Amino acid sequence: MFLAQIHVTYKPSILDPQGVAIKNAMHRLSFNGVDAVTQGKYFEVTLNADSKDAAEEQIDTICDTLLANPNMETYRYDVKELANQ
Amino acid sequence: MKFAVISFPGSNCDEDLYYAIVDGLKEEAEIIPHTSTRLDGFDAVLVPGGFSYGDYLRTGAIAKFAPVMPALKAFAATGKPVLGICNGFQILTEAGLLPGSLQHNTNMQFICEPEPLRVANHNTMFTNDFAADAHITLPIAHGEGNYYCDADTLASLKANNQIVFTYSDNPNGSVDDIAGIMNEQGNVLGMMPHPERAVESLLGSSDGLGVFRSLLATFTRTV
Repeated sequence: MFLAQIHVTYKPSILDPQGVAIKNAMHRLSFNGVDAVTQGKYFEVTLNADSKDAAEEQIDTICDTLLANPNMETYRYDVKELANQ
Repeated sequence: MKFAVISFPGSNCDEDLYYAIVDGLKEEAEIIPHTSTRLDGFDAVLVPGGFSYGDYLRTGAIAKFAPVMPALKAFAATGKPVLGICNGFQILTEAGLLPGSLQHNTNMQFICEPEPLRVANHNTMFTNDFAADAHITLPIAHGEGNYYCDADTLASLKANNQIVFTYSDNPNGSVDDIAGIMNEQGNVLGMMPHPERAVESLLGSSDGLGVFRSLLATFTRTV
């Protein structure tokens, strides 16, 4: 069993209005040193696969087809093998 | 003329579309569940607004894998008209039937207002009932209607006259004031404004009927 920890975030070229709203709220809280905020999504996926490579291959496809919209988002992930339970 | 209105879990403009066709246009319509795998016998397919699958993950992201979608893609490939409105537009971009995507409105608010629009291209199967450069008003109701595409895509949309509706007073941050675009072939249109909510004067405007009348005129000419 493998655990994939996946982050999906907007590409730098995309305006993220939620990130801007959160940054403004931080400024209202007097954290005036905050320069920029990007909001993203975090997923944990546990999956069966024959190897770590095979698991990463599946996660790539899952990200490309479902979890991220390649038009405006990018993703990165980390896959690790879970100890047998 | 027979219209299919696809209904996903969370669609909420499917019945409005049904009545726009049946009572407004006086043509046939049928609501087709998302589980259907056939769209045979229809002359046009309408993808309604709403919150399909609760807008989980991204708007339209789950709907693009609904059982009906292969049939919808096959239908679009035949060249017959497919019209996606609001969430329907979001679904068509996620499914790759239209370029670009819809992001959060820049002001982070859900906007529900009658919105002045310009018919940027009236030589389409969706807009031939409008005069050139017509100014119309249709309601918008969305939180994620901010159309985005990269510069290359925008250039090709312009070069092929694929921009069909633009906002007169951009409410949501859309690139180039885009309110509606079609595919290169000209038979798939996505738009954020709701023509089905403007089909009789009692609703404040009947401008929306022009979209459905255009489809009927094209159909009548080609049959």
